[in-house]
Amino acid sequence: MKLITAVIRPFKLEEVREALTQIGVSGLTVTEVKGYGRQKGHTELYRGAEYVVDLLPKIKIETVVSEDMLERALDAVIAAARTDKIGDGKIFVSSIEQALRIRTGEAGKDAL
Amino acid sequence: MSAPIPDREATIRGRPCQKMRSSPSEFSNLREPHAMTPSIDSRRFLPMLVALGGGALTLLLTQPGHAQQVAAAAAALPAPVPNKGDVAWMMTSTALVLLMSVPALALFYGGLVRTKNMLSVLMQVFVVFSLITVLWCIYGYSLAFTEGNAFIGGFSRLFLDGTFTPDANGGTFAMAATFSKHTPLYELLFAAFQATFAAITVCLILGSIVERVKFSAVLIFAVIWFTFSYLPLAHMVWFWAGPDAYTDASKIDALNATAGYIWQMGALDFAGGTVVHINAGVAGLVGAFLLGKRVGYGREAMRPHSLTMTMIGASLLWFGWFGFNAGSALEANGSAALAFINTYLATACAVLSWTFVEWLHKGKPSMLGAASGAVAGLVAITPAAGNVGIPGAFAIGLAAGVICLWGVTGLKRLIKADDALDVFGVHALGGISGALLTGIFNAPSLGGPGSVQNWVTMTSGYPGMLAQVWIQAKAVGITVAITVVVALAAFKIADLLVGLRVSEEDEREGLDITSHGESAYDL
Repeated sequence: MKLITAVIRPFKLEEVREALTQIGVSGLTVTEVKGYGRQKGHTELYRGAEYVVDLLPKIKIETVVSEDMLERALDAVIAAARTDKIGDGKIFVSSIEQALRIRTGEAGKDAL
Repeated sequence: MSAPIPDREATIRGRPCQKMRSSPSEFSNLREPHAMTPSIDSRRFLPMLVALGGGALTLLLTQPGHAQQVAAAAAALPAPVPNKGDVAWMMTSTALVLLMSVPALALFYGGLVRTKNMLSVLMQVFVVFSLITVLWCIYGYSLAFTEGNAFIGGFSRLFLDGTFTPDANGGTFAMAATFSKHTPLYELLFAAFQATFAAITVCLILGSIVERVKFSAVLIFAVIWFTFSYLPLAHMVWFWAGPDAYTDASKIDALNATAGYIWQMGALDFAGGTVVHINAGVAGLVGAFLLGKRVGYGREAMRPHSLTMTMIGASLLWFGWFGFNAGSALEANGSAALAFINTYLATACAVLSWTFVEWLHKGKPSMLGAASGAVAGLVAITPAAGNVGIPGAFAIGLAAGVICLWGVTGLKRLIKADDALDVFGVHALGGISGALLTGIFNAPSLGGPGSVQNWVTMTSGYPGMLAQVWIQAKAVGITVAITVVVALAAFKIADLLVGLRVSEEDEREGLDITSHGESAYDL
């Protein structure tokens, strides 16, 4: 099992969710986050005070998929989240040792 | 001869007050035709005719048809009663000025601080407004608006004593005069109107010291500063013997000598450029220096938490300011109408000038800029409201937007104090600009009404531009000197008694939770 962690533009969330649902990914966890990378922030001016806002709002999605599903899931996220401009975000993939469904006690792939 | 004022018991904003049941005298001769005449014109000529001599002559000229009948009834007529239109307008104005503080100023300021300090700002404004109102009714009104010396009044109206006296006929109301002869106003109402001015003035100062000041220090400061800076200045600028007292030329000098020091100089301050805005703005700056900067100032972002609230506050200030400025005419008359349009127009001009200069200079026109421009325009037109014509409103409004924009940017960097919400940059600077420009645009040659130079004949004039601006500048200087000294003392005393600032830990956590035990939002 693999954990896909993707940081994307907030307005791309719906498209990414739809794309993942279509290929059979059945669950998703979403977090509103802030961060910075190559995309520059902006300055805000309040009377005489100027603030550089370099932590930009992003959406972090996390989903765990089986290994055979990984490539398709990654392609789906990339296709949906991409605008070809700096700030589209990143995807990280890591291994998951175990997954359990709390209600039934199912484990591994069955719990996804 | 007509119009001696019987039973002068007290004087308010220069207006002599007499008990309504005081002996009627020939005074009432004048009132009757006036009351019967729908035409405003006859009222304008009245004082002149009085000067020419004789109530009877006046009657003949103004109301020939009723003259004899009225003269016959004269002895039995009561003293003049307030005009119901004036009374209704002044009650409305008083409530409008209250609205300017709670909620308008509180929201305007509250939106500009961080989320963790929102309630502390609302609370400081709410409680200080109430505190000053109470002090006003205990001793403030008396010290500001009764006769004393040129710098402070007396104690004859402690607890508003004598403004209402119960009797078998349902009670007697003492009268305050207005700016027109024989046009009294209930003194209680005048005292209420002025109470709201005193209260909002002290609230204005809070903007300089928010987000770090201790609540108890705010209250101690408010009591001291109100007593020793606001009250003397209100007396010095606004107290005079009132038009009805000026019955003939021989009395002028003696009556003038009873007025406040700055009034005697001939300074023009329609609704409080000196007493309210310069007074508060400079005190705020003193506070900002003494308290020091907020923790993290200049390093951490201190973004306004809700410019939506700030916009609502600024808009309500604009709305309420009609009561503040047009209400300061004390009558529902032409002077009030002039103050009304000027308050409306100058503010719009300042919104535009701030917005466009900011747009050109900083790249973007901001909502905070527009809201700040509105307040700057309102402040600057305050001393000018009924003292300038339409050209003055255009000029003062446009100038205020640009001057105050510089006040909160360039000047603020020079001063290097953490005047958190720019009370000095907007209120002191806008007030000073407005006070000086009032001296210029009061000139009839620039569309201004001039000012009454002779209260016996009620004739207006203008002493000349240099002369008037010099008078205005002296009034500004005296105001700044008094408020600096008193604010320094008041903050020092508060510091000695309870300390001015909360602990650094509490400041980081936010005053809402640490000072008041609650949170503004549950989001």
